Amino acid sequence: MEQRWFFLEAVVGTALLLLVPLLFPDWMGFIVALALAKFLAVLGVALFLRAGMVTFGHAMFYAVGAYTVGFSAKWFGFRDILVLLPLGGLLGAGLAALVGLVMARYREVFFAMLNLAFSMMLYGVLLKLYWLTGGTDGLGAGVPTFFGYAPPREHLRVYQYYVILLVAGLAIYAVYRFLSSPLGYYLKARADNEIRIEYSGESVRRVIYFTYVFSGVLAGLSGVMAAFIVGHIVPEYAFWIQSGDFVFVALLGGFTSVPGPLVGAIAFEFIRTYASKYFPNEWQMVLGIIMLAIILFRPEGLWSIYEGLASRFGRSDREAQRA
Amino acid sequence: MPEATSILQTIDLTKSFGMVTAADSISVEIRPGELVGIVGANGSGKTTFLNIVTGYLKPDRGRVLLMGEDRTGQPPRAITKLGIARSFQIPQLYTHLSVLESLMLSLAAQAGKSTSFWRPLYRREWMAEGVETLDRFGLKAYAHRPGSELPEGGRKLLDIALSFALKPKLLLMDEPTSGVSIEDKFQVMDTLMKVVAETRLTTLFVEHDMEVVQRYGRRVLAFNDGRVIADGTPDSVLADPEVRKAVLGRV
Repeated sequence: MEQRWFFLEAVVGTALLLLVPLLFPDWMGFIVALALAKFLAVLGVALFLRAGMVTFGHAMFYAVGAYTVGFSAKWFGFRDILVLLPLGGLLGAGLAALVGLVMARYREVFFAMLNLAFSMMLYGVLLKLYWLTGGTDGLGAGVPTFFGYAPPREHLRVYQYYVILLVAGLAIYAVYRFLSSPLGYYLKARADNEIRIEYSGESVRRVIYFTYVFSGVLAGLSGVMAAFIVGHIVPEYAFWIQSGDFVFVALLGGFTSVPGPLVGAIAFEFIRTYASKYFPNEWQMVLGIIMLAIILFRPEGLWSIYEGLASRFGRSDREAQRA
Repeated sequence: MPEATSILQTIDLTKSFGMVTAADSISVEIRPGELVGIVGANGSGKTTFLNIVTGYLKPDRGRVLLMGEDRTGQPPRAITKLGIARSFQIPQLYTHLSVLESLMLSLAAQAGKSTSFWRPLYRREWMAEGVETLDRFGLKAYAHRPGSELPEGGRKLLDIALSFALKPKLLLMDEPTSGVSIEDKFQVMDTLMKVVAETRLTTLFVEHDMEVVQRYGRRVLAFNDGRVIADGTPDSVLADPEVRKAVLGRV
């Protein structure tokens, strides 16, 4: 029964996302693509929320992915998205492997703020090194190629969309594997009891470190994709508000499941688009009110609304816990 | 012929907290196959002794030898890996994981596979062994329930089962029956002692209840003010007037 629901959701979700470029106007495809891209960074942030930890600095890895694209385009004129994706993921992992050495020693508010501090240092560097990064002018991403193939201009968005969808699909698979592995369970167990983990002969720091590097990969990939969608790379990619948005989206969609952050990311981009259209000066207030409503009425996020409805038709809550 | 090396040997362990001496030159030796009970009133230094042995506290003086090697001051994680597992007076559980998942995490740690991030926790062999272990401890019915739903006796048993699943050379149990109702006390101990006997596990348990120690210990150490005041068979130790005065408050 559990498996059937899971299968059904996966098929329906995939089908819907596959149809986006065919059924909806370009501007909507753009929003969904951007949501899918950011969703990966949110997945990484959500891993830590499961462990009872919050990071306000994951934009640093997102920025690493984006600037990978920017530097590559600026210096080498190289814009192959299929090569830059793994490269951005790798560089995200590299920075996370370095910063993680410090971060794995901290918990609670210190973890949250130390992440913020590191990301703001990166922001400062990106802002100041004008000759390298273009400062606030930023860098252009340009038109991507696909293993050397340059699709006709009018189909470019569609190619890009399906690449992003594929990467998101792979990331979802990897995160599911991670969460059902011993390491994934240790991550969840950390929120309950670090003492027991240490007295099992396992290192909590190691669990956090591995997770940190994995989340660095996810955010790096996320940044590469966002850079190509938006086309323009600026220091704001590393800014703390961007990190805050990732946390916001995880809470909005619900971080206890994998579909939660996806639903949250799509909802967030649409809310932001419409709110800034109809309330150009107060759109942040709209976001605030929505967050307030979620925390008051649906603390487990938007996805839990669906779970609540589906459980009436026989979908077990147990699966929700495990997914 | 006795075993060449003891599993645990402490030499002159001493630890003070301000004016209170919680451990006062404790020298104890535990050999393979022993079943030892430590008895003492509250504050006599029983838990401090376990905390020093497992590396949670550093002694001011003295040494901890495990399997004949000096391991003084090594962290709990390292001590656990050497095969010294402990349970807690207040059960240390994963309340949001199911009972079986919690146990399988011990099996994963024991197998050195806990940072495996690609293969699932739910593996056939771990599930089978996990259920079997839970059955030994009378917890099979709770296998798929979250740890938070266990009754108090069950919480104590799971806490011990999580340590037992690490397949230790020495199991240290801190007050296995504290917090358990008087009616259930002996049932909990019977369950534990059956497991210990069946697996011939070297065990040291701390207990403030004299009756429990007398009934289940084969060797008893009596603690008072951080010192070992008696060491011997249950009957001889509990007949000792100094022990009776220290533990029961009367001769």
